[in-house]
Amino acid sequence: MNLFVGRNGKKNGTPAQGPPAIIKMRGIGKVYDSGAIQVEALCAIDLVVRPQEFVAIVGPSGSGKSTLLNLVGCLDTPTGGSYRLDGEEVAELDVDELADIRNRKVGFVFQNFNLLPQITAYENIEMPLLFKGTGARERRERVEELLAQVGLSDRGHHKPTELSGGQMQRVAVARALACDPALILADEPTGNLDTTSGQDVMGLFEGLSAQGRTIVLITHDSALARRTKRIVRIQDGRIVEDRPNIEAA
Amino acid sequence: MLRMGLIWKLFRRAAHIQRKRMVMTVAAIAWGTLSIVLLLSFGEGLKANFNKGSKGLGEGIIVVWPGTTAKAFEGFPQGRSLRFIEEDVDLLRESIPEIALASAEMRRWGNNVVWGRTSLSKPVAGVEPEYGELRNQIPQAGGRFLDELDEQEKRRVAFLGNKAKDELFGEREAVGETILVNQMPFTVVGVMKKKVQMGTYSGPDDNNVIIPLSTFRALYGRRTLSDFVVKGENPADNEVLKRRLYEVLGGKLRFDPEDERALSMWDTVESQRVTANISIGIEIFLGVIGALTMVIGGVGVANIMYAVVKHRTREIGVQMALGARRSYVLGPLVVESLSLTALGGVIGIVVGVGIVELLAFVQAKSNSDALQFLGTPTFSLGVAATTVLLLGAIGFLAGFFPSRRAVSIQPAEALRYE
Repeated sequence: MNLFVGRNGKKNGTPAQGPPAIIKMRGIGKVYDSGAIQVEALCAIDLVVRPQEFVAIVGPSGSGKSTLLNLVGCLDTPTGGSYRLDGEEVAELDVDELADIRNRKVGFVFQNFNLLPQITAYENIEMPLLFKGTGARERRERVEELLAQVGLSDRGHHKPTELSGGQMQRVAVARALACDPALILADEPTGNLDTTSGQDVMGLFEGLSAQGRTIVLITHDSALARRTKRIVRIQDGRIVEDRPNIEAA
Repeated sequence: MLRMGLIWKLFRRAAHIQRKRMVMTVAAIAWGTLSIVLLLSFGEGLKANFNKGSKGLGEGIIVVWPGTTAKAFEGFPQGRSLRFIEEDVDLLRESIPEIALASAEMRRWGNNVVWGRTSLSKPVAGVEPEYGELRNQIPQAGGRFLDELDEQEKRRVAFLGNKAKDELFGEREAVGETILVNQMPFTVVGVMKKKVQMGTYSGPDDNNVIIPLSTFRALYGRRTLSDFVVKGENPADNEVLKRRLYEVLGGKLRFDPEDERALSMWDTVESQRVTANISIGIEIFLGVIGALTMVIGGVGVANIMYAVVKHRTREIGVQMALGARRSYVLGPLVVESLSLTALGGVIGIVVGVGIVELLAFVQAKSNSDALQFLGTPTFSLGVAATTVLLLGAIGFLAGFFPSRRAVSIQPAEALRYE
């Protein structure tokens, strides 16, 4: 069952007319083949996300939402279907081209932060800019700007282990924004945080959304999902619901 | 440029957290390098010493002793013991133009040699002036070998082996002093320079007292020679020279020139070839052991690099998620492996060269026969090139394969790694 609900809330199976899609998936499937056993993690996923959308992908554990995030973020390759990310067909790209796509078009925020512990917050934020080939002066300006944006200007030279969970996730958000990507992908970004820090980080995402960022948030927390503008529910590897979040609207 | 800068920056960051592991790796490769440097340097020293030692007896010479005939010839039965006299050597000089140098030799053992209160029992040899050059008996500064006048005038002069001199005179100057050889006074005219001698047919040269052949003959009433020594114009043609010796001496002493047992010969060219082959064999053996030791170090590096890759799998996944290309993951790992190998290599080489120099110093100061036989370990260009080549290959391979594994993982899989 493939459902598509456009930003106008029409349930018609085809994308609604509007600006070019950031994510455009058609019939995407993912099968994990371990030799004797084949597991179909995703089946015929159709998903379109347009610029400035704030989408929550929700579903129970094992429903395939993390697999979907991996495919959306080009961290894994689908076994079927076509996928255009910000206008570029990514299914046929090689490893380095995919790396460039991730660098330029996607910013990741992970549940467990995934900051490199041996380097400072500043250097963690700087890393995507290094991969992009940004010059030293521009890098420094951009990192300082991002640190200010997430309220950590005075924490840049601290290592992740010297920061609180909320601060670490703020660093991760700043890192995700470093290359000014078309899409922010957040995988359970508040999952490892206490309630207050979780609220702070969620507030950060809401602020980014208000600035016009396109954000896809993976969560199993329905309270968080309700703070987004569109909810895509996934179960057993299929999208079972895709609707605008009237509460947020 | 930016890319290399990035690779270097990533390496420095990785190096910072892997300090302990890196220290162990560097120590392993330094140990391997030290082993190969020492083994190859000892091999070089041993080879040089073998080469030098094999020439200590004389370079390209043939020593000839009279034998016993194995064939009946011109009415003479087989089993006849031959004797050389001085005229036989003169005949050879006249008959074989290919002979460059020749000297007859008479020997006598158990001679009483006295200087002051020191009394020793030493072998005495009566030889001709060419003997010094033939047998590499080079005089120390301030002295000389026996000359034509000594021979013509039957002078009572002696040339001492350096060990015999040390035993008689200790640190004192010997040249010009008078020694008693079997109660007869002899003036010391020279002392042999210390030399490495691996082959000997009548005891080491450093223990001898050498006097003119004419004096020897007059004093001891001997006519027969113990042996004679010849050297051809071209030592490569020694086989031809040996054949000619059989022909000329066969004609004079009446034995069949085809009778191999009539003469006994020591061709040093032949023995030097054998020695050279043995020393090459030893060098290869030591080199293989050294290389294997180093390969074990290399396996250690590869092992550690695999562990590093495994340890950093999640970190590599994060880097890939942030847009690191394959070369950004491969590069720092290969740079790391090469840097560790290079650092370990430099430490190993520096320590190895230090030990080699120290041993050379100790050996120069020591009179130990074992150390003398071992030769001076030498860190040659060949040793350096072999070591660097092996290090480079090991460093690259030890880094490349684990790195290749690292980049073959999907970022999603790497991020899941705990």
